[in-house]
Amino acid sequence: MLSLTIREVSLALREGRISPTELCRRCLNRIKKTRHLNAYLTVTEELALKQAQEAEARLLQGVPKGPLDGIPFAVKDNFCTENVKTTCASTMLRDYTPPYNATVVQRLMDQGAVLVGKTNMDEFAMGAGSTDGAFGPVKNPWSYAAPYSEQTGAEPDSDWVITGGSSGGSAAAVASLTSYLALGSDTGGSTRNPGALCGVVALKPTYGLLSRHGLIPLVNSMDVPGIMTRSVSDAATVLGILQGLDVRDSTTIPAPSSLTELPEDFDVKNMCIGIPKEYHAPGLSEEVIAQWSRVADMFERAGARVEQVSLPHTQYSIVCYHVLCHAEVASNMARFDGLEYGHRSEVNSSTEAMYASTRHEGFNDVVRGRILSGNYFLLKQNYQHYFVKAQKVRRLIADDFKHVFSSGVDVLLTPTTLTDAARYSDFTQEDNRTRSAQEDIFTQPVNMAGIPAVSVPTALSRRGLPIGLQLIGPAIQDKKLLSVAQWIEQRVGFPSISECRNDTRMIEREQTSAV
Amino acid sequence: MAASSVAASELLHNMNKQIWILCPKASCIIRRISTTSSRCYSQPQRRAKSAPQQLVGVVGLEIHAQINSNTKLFSGSPVRFSAPPNSLVSFFDSSLPGTLPVLNRRCVEAAVMTGLALNCTINRKSLFDRKHYFYADLPAGYQITQQRRPIAVDGELTYSLLGGKNRNQVIRKTVNIKQIQLEQDSGKSLHDDVHSQTLIDLNRAGVGLMELVMEPDMSCGEEAAAAVRELQLILQALGTCQGNMSEGQLRVDANVSVHRPGEPLGIRTEVKNINSIRYLARAIDYEIQRQISVLQRGGTVQNETRAYDSKSGETIPMRDKEGLQDYRFMPEPNLPPLIVYGDNASLPTGTDACQAVVVQKIREGLPELPSVKRDRLVQTYGILPEHSFTLVNEDGLVEYFEAVLKATKKEPRKVIGWVTNELLGHLKQQDMSVISPPALAELLELQEKGHISSSVAKQVFQEMWRSSGKTASQIIQEQDLGLVSDTAQLHSICQKVVDSNPDEVLAIRNGNKKVLNRLIGLVQRETKGRADPVLVKEILQEKTS
Repeated sequence: MLSLTIREVSLALREGRISPTELCRRCLNRIKKTRHLNAYLTVTEELALKQAQEAEARLLQGVPKGPLDGIPFAVKDNFCTENVKTTCASTMLRDYTPPYNATVVQRLMDQGAVLVGKTNMDEFAMGAGSTDGAFGPVKNPWSYAAPYSEQTGAEPDSDWVITGGSSGGSAAAVASLTSYLALGSDTGGSTRNPGALCGVVALKPTYGLLSRHGLIPLVNSMDVPGIMTRSVSDAATVLGILQGLDVRDSTTIPAPSSLTELPEDFDVKNMCIGIPKEYHAPGLSEEVIAQWSRVADMFERAGARVEQVSLPHTQYSIVCYHVLCHAEVASNMARFDGLEYGHRSEVNSSTEAMYASTRHEGFNDVVRGRILSGNYFLLKQNYQHYFVKAQKVRRLIADDFKHVFSSGVDVLLTPTTLTDAARYSDFTQEDNRTRSAQEDIFTQPVNMAGIPAVSVPTALSRRGLPIGLQLIGPAIQDKKLLSVAQWIEQRVGFPSISECRNDTRMIEREQTSAV
Repeated sequence: MAASSVAASELLHNMNKQIWILCPKASCIIRRISTTSSRCYSQPQRRAKSAPQQLVGVVGLEIHAQINSNTKLFSGSPVRFSAPPNSLVSFFDSSLPGTLPVLNRRCVEAAVMTGLALNCTINRKSLFDRKHYFYADLPAGYQITQQRRPIAVDGELTYSLLGGKNRNQVIRKTVNIKQIQLEQDSGKSLHDDVHSQTLIDLNRAGVGLMELVMEPDMSCGEEAAAAVRELQLILQALGTCQGNMSEGQLRVDANVSVHRPGEPLGIRTEVKNINSIRYLARAIDYEIQRQISVLQRGGTVQNETRAYDSKSGETIPMRDKEGLQDYRFMPEPNLPPLIVYGDNASLPTGTDACQAVVVQKIREGLPELPSVKRDRLVQTYGILPEHSFTLVNEDGLVEYFEAVLKATKKEPRKVIGWVTNELLGHLKQQDMSVISPPALAELLELQEKGHISSSVAKQVFQEMWRSSGKTASQIIQEQDLGLVSDTAQLHSICQKVVDSNPDEVLAIRNGNKKVLNRLIGLVQRETKGRADPVLVKEILQEKTS
């Protein structure tokens, strides 16, 4: 039951094969059993059971609210949740409880979805591994699945691999079958990257299609709430519910049309699939290249045109991304001064001294480093050289995509990540900045351009770990993008984690954690 | 920075001093605002021909006008003065993480309307920026303002002041308006030095402001005061800002420097903490004199921020809080460009005209501006320009004047003196009026109908001012001030005067008719000015012929 998709479990709920409360309890139990993954920072057991009971009452009366009524979901801990702690995995907000729900959270709740918890992440979403949060790293559920240990002989406890990030907790929640749907946020790839490494569908919608109200910002001009599910069709369902204007977010755009179900037998014949040559980046693993070619071949065999295209400014993207990101971070983090909310230092010799020590104690070195460099980029003497230049290049990058799409390309097919998930011990050899530059390489140009992209799991690597590919589409064509993604999903035969669970190890693990 | 913390305590102090004059029956309010108390120190014409030119003041102003709107610039919190601390604070105002600004259309319309009234070019597209600085009453750590492209630019304000020998000549001047930008107000910090605590009130945080930048086209406190007064009148006429300086709805910072005409501008100081127009004039003139004496002593003027101390009448250097400020401006990413449309025809298809800001519609709705009102008063009532200038400059005086006119048949140009001289003269001394327009009208009617002489009328007016609530008739009756028209009584008084002044009578009989006036005067002295002058003249003429 837990490994079903939303569509399947929704049907089971309606047919009475399982009740919302029973489903909720099973998810909560599984959260407890997989606590070692550190996917959740807060488990909202009481709230979840209450919501589940309400859903149950509606289902019993035969008046469910929609396809999500009674469906457990998880939310990254940078979305505000009313009366539920929202920490951004930072000491700064360790005890912060918002008084309101983010619009996307509210819309899910309005549909009767059941919030089971808040998921772990990199502090303030700054990272690509979910290893840089104040409450410990997230472990990739595939570390504990049979293929990884069998094929590498690794010991999950010492050789576990990362989830990717920064929405690693959300990806792990969906992959470990503790929730059917999770919200992530995607600023430079933070939804797609862990989606690929954890083997779940991860959608970064068109900028403005989903409200950011209540999403604690990383980079306002690039942030988009991300959707993580076990199937493309589920992602489309959730997108249909979340998209559209929000008066509380002036950057939202009207939904292009009410997103109906994706066509089951989408025809890719006569479509043009672009393969950007710049995405053959150094460090790209052979296995990922192999998957890339495999899917490209599938398209070709199905009658699609597969063309190499050029996005010439791609190479400058990551540098510009960092300048713009750090500048906005410097600005967005200014409000965390310990006065109105959040951590406040004991130092009170002066207001300035309190600010300084509050911010030193509350932020980790990654956040502090970005604040420092961001402020440097914004200094009067530097603004033109850094911020304005980066914005100009950002326009060029957006234009690259526009040119490609206006030349007849329907979607771009690229890798999501360079490789499969790294071992934690290997990943932490490098500093956060270097890792972000490596990990976000294929994902962040899309955020610079504001266009939609989705990562679809395609296969397990030789190490038994998921590999995902990314599809990029023109702005507001999220539905077409998902239709193509579903076409891939139907053909790649990506295994469910439940099919390859290493029972003995998992049971041992569960027992240890239960003790 | 939108606000200075020093202003907070000063504000409270001034609230008590606020002076209101109520005229209950006419339901109009008059507040004394002095714009004519100081004079320019350095008039260019005063300089000697060959000697080195004198130093003259150069004054520019930065004015923050609080937009008169029900809710804040980017949130739905109500805007109200003197509400309990932190009672008007939304999640956005307190910068809770994840909250976003949503622009208030009313504030945009107010800025456009103000821009049009000041002959500005309205930018069809303007942008919002973040201005960063750490301060306890700025919860987000930045203020949303319009640094790169403000909503209105390149305007001008024409203002007048009374000049000439008798200060009865209306002199028109113009100051250029560089720009009007929309921005958020900050909260207020109250420093408790005893317990070394800072208390924060966020009620004001996020209230919409229009920052108006006036070019350094003025030369003294009086000009600056007159310009600000004119702006205040315009804003009040438009309803875009209530303009009350003591409540902080209008905050004026002055950039002051001195130079010799023709030479480059001198180093300027910024004078803050000015909360009335009277203080503005004094602060600027003090600062000009201070800079002149610094230079004359061979010193140099420091580029600094100074606070005006209304008690001592001096400007004093403000402690520089953080040394060199770099505001690290950045585009506000959560607000799309602000677009206003020229007219309904230029609206893109599908746009709701009610949701859009249309310049033409706002232009059509512009009310009568003070300058037009002054011209109208001159034309309608046949009064002099300096009279209409005074009428319009004093809050409620036009309404007062018109209310008096309604209740009397006396000609407007005969009434005006009573309002601009008698009433205003008393107001300047006492700041409190108890004479309602109908009460004044009654007095003037009595005079017009010949019940009292004009000199008695002035006497009665003073008495009315002193003994609040008494009508003119009551006072005349009580003090027996009515005109003596009893012919017999007057005959007897006149006879007495004629009898005791034989020399004068002789002179008159010899043809010196002017001497008659002396006799009339003596009769009036006898009657304490109550004798009917026409009758007295007749009787005396008869008795001396």
